[in-house]
Amino acid sequence: MATAAPPPPRTLLIACGALAREVLALVALNGWSHLELTCLPAKLHNRPERIPAAVRRKIRAGRRTHERILVLYGDCGTGGLLDAVLAEEGVERIQGPHCYAFFRGIDAFLAEADAEPGCFYLTDYLVRHFDRLVIEGLGLDRHPELLPLYFGNYTRLVYLAQTPDAGLERKAKAAALRLGLAFEQRTTGYGGLDDFLRRAS
Amino acid sequence: MRARRYAGSHFVAIRLELVGHKQAAGAGETYFNAWRTHQASLHGVKAMAANDDLDLRSLDDEELTKQIQDDLYDGLREEVVEGVNILLERGWAPYDVLTKALVAGMTIVGIDFRDGILFVPEVLLAANAMKGGMAILRPLLAETGAPPVGKMVIGTVKGDIHDIGKNLVSMMLEGAGFEVIDLGINCAVEKYLDALAEHKPDILGMSALLTTTMPYMKVVIDTLKKQGIRDDYVVLVGGAPLNEAFAEAIGADAYCRDAAVAVETAKQFVARRHNQRLAASA
Repeated sequence: MATAAPPPPRTLLIACGALAREVLALVALNGWSHLELTCLPAKLHNRPERIPAAVRRKIRAGRRTHERILVLYGDCGTGGLLDAVLAEEGVERIQGPHCYAFFRGIDAFLAEADAEPGCFYLTDYLVRHFDRLVIEGLGLDRHPELLPLYFGNYTRLVYLAQTPDAGLERKAKAAALRLGLAFEQRTTGYGGLDDFLRRAS
Repeated sequence: MRARRYAGSHFVAIRLELVGHKQAAGAGETYFNAWRTHQASLHGVKAMAANDDLDLRSLDDEELTKQIQDDLYDGLREEVVEGVNILLERGWAPYDVLTKALVAGMTIVGIDFRDGILFVPEVLLAANAMKGGMAILRPLLAETGAPPVGKMVIGTVKGDIHDIGKNLVSMMLEGAGFEVIDLGINCAVEKYLDALAEHKPDILGMSALLTTTMPYMKVVIDTLKKQGIRDDYVVLVGGAPLNEAFAEAIGADAYCRDAAVAVETAKQFVARRHNQRLAASA
């Protein structure tokens, strides 16, 4: 009689909060009940030097309750310091410099960014929270005169869409208009995030 | 609503600026009157009328310098320009206006940003106010004919279009007496080399904000080595994803985590170079 494959280990995913919705959607879609999610605030990206220590704290706490830990962060501007922490802790992360790259496909993203450095990228999360994160976060609501200082060197806004949604597309176009940038949409789906979680299952 | 702070000690005066906010005049007035009455009772003087502007000319030099610093901190460019002009009218040397009012004010901004009290928008507004003051002083400083403390060529590396940090470093180094040649963004190695050959600076500064573009700094440094000119320049690097380990690994002289550190590091290296040249020619 054939024996069933052993179930995948109880796994803690430590993710940036900006990925929460997508991770939960994938887990629900695929019935990956062995995957449990904990997040760190997306606003850590304003102080990326704090990301490595915050991830380490989550790893050490998670070891008490989970057999395996995986990290869903890119390098995210830590300049290799996150990878140093992960090497010390023996924990793997999703490949890629940041979520734009792993959603789009790393090679494709790097080639496109190289060809056109002046692109401002948005994901579903950033489109959804654009007013709070970008307009208010950068003070553009109070001081529109700052717009050229922030975005004067950009030429286009590229919306990397994880889910096809007419409402998000509208918001993304409005964001491009607000920033004075040309608009382009590339539908990525869950890209590398799907691949990584699938391999963990 | 933004209240302009008054730095003086003699009397209470504030000017309310409605900066694009919808505010019920009734509620604002009530708050304002209550605040003024409270302040007046603290200071034991009559509160000034709501429409009075703060008259910078009524301030002595020390108070005016402090007020310019506060206005710079608050990003009030016109007020900073006005203050700078008043100090110049009073016979202040342009260098003293630059260092004691503008650089001193921006230094406080830098400290509060580092401590998480101010954020990027406020820093940019303050920098904008400082630029307003420096625009007045720049031609006057050039007229004095004082030699620059040092010279720097700076640019953001190829493939990278971010320049906020670089622009702040440029401004603060200029404030510290350096001549700065800013090459802008997306600089290929040839652009850096041409500028080094033309301007013969003390320092080459490189900035990057992306993990994917910072490796290009090594390309530039390796090219300098290959051409046998690495030792002719001090190489300083900066940008959010960088750190000391990276700077060391690529062969830069130092990593500068913010504009204030860049100024101090630049001054130290230039002084060292100067001493080495003196020793060599002795």
